[in-house]
Amino acid sequence: MTLPLIIRPAANKTLRKVTNTVMLSLTAALTVVALVPLFWIIGYIIYQGSQYINLDFFTQLPRPMGITGGGILHALEGTLILTALAALFAVPPGVLAAFYVAYRPNTPLGVAVRFGTDVLSGVPSIVIGLFGYALIVKQQGNYSAFAGAIAMAILMLPTIIRTTEEMIKLVPTSLHEASAALGAPDWKTSLSVILPAAANGVVTGILLGVARASGETAPLLFTALGNERFEVVRIVEGGLASGRSLPEVLLNVINQPVDSLPLTLFKYASQPFPERIQQAWSTALVLILLVLMINILSRLWIYYQSRRLQG
Amino acid sequence: MLNPPLTKQHKKLSLLDRARRWLRHGDVPWQILIFLMAFLVLILVTAIGWLMWQESAVSREKFGWTFIMPANEFAWNPIKSNFQSWPFIYGTLVTSFVAVVVAVPVSLGIAIFLAELCPTWLRPPISWLIELLAAVPSVIYGLWGIFVFLPVVVAPLGKALTPLGTLPIVNIFLEGPMPESGASRLAAGLILAIMIIPTIAAVSRDVLLAIPNHQREASLALGATQWETIWQVLLPYGLSGILGAVILGLGRALGETMAVTMVIGNSISSSYSLLGPGYNMSSIIANEFAEAVNAVHLSALIEIGLVLFVMTFVLNIVARFLVWQVARKTPSEVRT
Repeated sequence: MTLPLIIRPAANKTLRKVTNTVMLSLTAALTVVALVPLFWIIGYIIYQGSQYINLDFFTQLPRPMGITGGGILHALEGTLILTALAALFAVPPGVLAAFYVAYRPNTPLGVAVRFGTDVLSGVPSIVIGLFGYALIVKQQGNYSAFAGAIAMAILMLPTIIRTTEEMIKLVPTSLHEASAALGAPDWKTSLSVILPAAANGVVTGILLGVARASGETAPLLFTALGNERFEVVRIVEGGLASGRSLPEVLLNVINQPVDSLPLTLFKYASQPFPERIQQAWSTALVLILLVLMINILSRLWIYYQSRRLQG
Repeated sequence: MLNPPLTKQHKKLSLLDRARRWLRHGDVPWQILIFLMAFLVLILVTAIGWLMWQESAVSREKFGWTFIMPANEFAWNPIKSNFQSWPFIYGTLVTSFVAVVVAVPVSLGIAIFLAELCPTWLRPPISWLIELLAAVPSVIYGLWGIFVFLPVVVAPLGKALTPLGTLPIVNIFLEGPMPESGASRLAAGLILAIMIIPTIAAVSRDVLLAIPNHQREASLALGATQWETIWQVLLPYGLSGILGAVILGLGRALGETMAVTMVIGNSISSSYSLLGPGYNMSSIIANEFAEAVNAVHLSALIEIGLVLFVMTFVLNIVARFLVWQVARKTPSEVRT
C-alpha cells in the first residue's frame, strides 16, 4: 500500500521542528489531563468519605431519613450475596466456554462465540437489567437477589471467558501433549493439567469480572430493587425460629429484594438530607476501595503470571 | 489380517456397549459440555434481543415507527398512554456526540504518547492508570459529577457559553441559561467523555502498536519528523482501527446509565439546547421503569431498551470489523 508523504514546501525546517516538539509535548500533556479526573475523584472521595467512616457504619442498618447515625450493613451483605451468587452462576459456564473457544478458535462456533462475547460485553448494563426483569422478576412475581445475581452474572461472563481463554492459550502445548501421551482423556488433561497451570490467570479474570459487576447499579435497579431492612442474621434466625429448615431459609434469603453498595449510593445521593449525602460519600469510599483494590491486585497478579508463563 | 475380525466384532456390539465405549473416556460428554457452554453465550445474546422484542410488543403495535421518529411535537404521557421516544433518542445522540468530540483528541493523544513516545518502562503503569479510569463504577462518576464536577466545571462553562446563544445557528444548541446546578446535556456529555477515554485510548494504542516498524523507518528515512510520521503515515495506516476504537467508545457512551442519570437533569423537554436539562434513553428507563404506571408504559420503556440494544449491537459489529481489518493486514510476527 502506497501512502503519499506530503511535506509542504512552504513549511521551513524550523517550523517543522517546532510543530514536532509542540505536538509531541501536547500528547504527553493530554495524557496527564486525562488522569486528572482519576486522582480528583479518588482524592475527593477519600477526603469526604473518611469523615463518616466508623464501626457503626459497617455494623448497623440505616436509620430513618433525616436522623444521623446508622450504617450500610444491608448494602454490604447484599453486595456480598449478589456477587457470590453471580460468580457461582457465571464462573463454571464461563471457564468451560473458554476451553471451547481456546481449543477451537477457527471453527464456525468458536468464531461466533468470540464475537458473541464481544457483543455481550457491549450490551448496555441497563438493557441487561431489563432482560433480568423480563426473564425472572416478571415470571416469579417479585424482585429478588436471585434475579439481581443473574443480571450480574451476565455482566461478568464476557470478562471471564476472555481472560480464561487468553490464559489457556498461554499454557505451553507441551503440557497438553505430555498429558495426552500418558493416556489421559481430554477432559482430564483440561481440568487437572491445563486449568491448574492457568489457574492464577483464571482467578484474576474472575476477580476482574467480579470487580466490574460489583460496581454496577443499572442491572440491579429492577431486579434486586433494594431493601433497607435486609439483614441476613435476622432473617435466618427468624426463619429457623418459625420452624423452617436451613435450606428453605437460605432460599428465602435469596428470594428477597436486596440492596448493594452502588444501589444504596445512588439512592442516598438523590435524597435531600445532608446525613444521607454524607453517608453516600462514605459508601462511595467503601465501594471504590473494594473495586480498585480487586482491580489493582488482580492486574498485578495477571501481569506477573503471564510473564512467568511466557518464560 | 487382523482387521476383518475386528470390524466384525465391532458390528456385533450391542447399542448399550457402544454407548459405554463412547462414554468410556468421558471425552464425548466433556466435548458436549463445553460445546453447550460456548453455545450458551450465543443463546444469551439472542435471548436478550428476542425477549426485549416480545416484551415491547404492545408499544410496537400501538405506536409503530412514530415511536422512534424525530418529532418537534411529541408525547410522553403515562396517564393517557401516549408515548414517543424522540427526546430521549435525541438526548442519547447529542450527549454521545459531545462525548466523542471531546474524548477523541484526548484519547488519540494518549494513544500516541503510549505507543510512540513514552519509554517502555513507563508504558505499563500509565496504561494501567488509564484503565483504572474505566474501572471506577459509573455511580461514583455520578456522585462526583453532582457535587464536584457540576459546580466547579460545568456551571462556569455554561455561563461562558450562554452569550453564544444569541448567534443565529448555534442558538438552537446553546440556548441558555443553564440551570444554576449545572445539570444539563452538556454535563452528561462531558462526564461520558471522561468515561469513554480509556476505551478509545486503549484500543487506539493497540492499533498503533500493531503497525509494522518499517512504516516508521521508511517515513523517518525520507526526512519526516516524528510528528509528521505519526500524522501522515501511522494515523492513516491505522485509520480503520482507530475508527473502530472511536465506535467502541461511542457504544459505551450510548449505553451508559448511572452517571448520566445523575447529571443530565432528568427533564422531558422539547428544547434542543445542550445547556438545558434533558433525558437520555438509559436514564428514562432507570427513572421510570420501577414506577411504570401501566402495561403500555412498561412496554414503551422496554422498546427504548430494545432500540438501545440494536444500536449498540450494530456499532459493536462495525467496530470489531474495523479493528479486525487492521489486525488482518498486519502479519502477526511484526505485532508487539
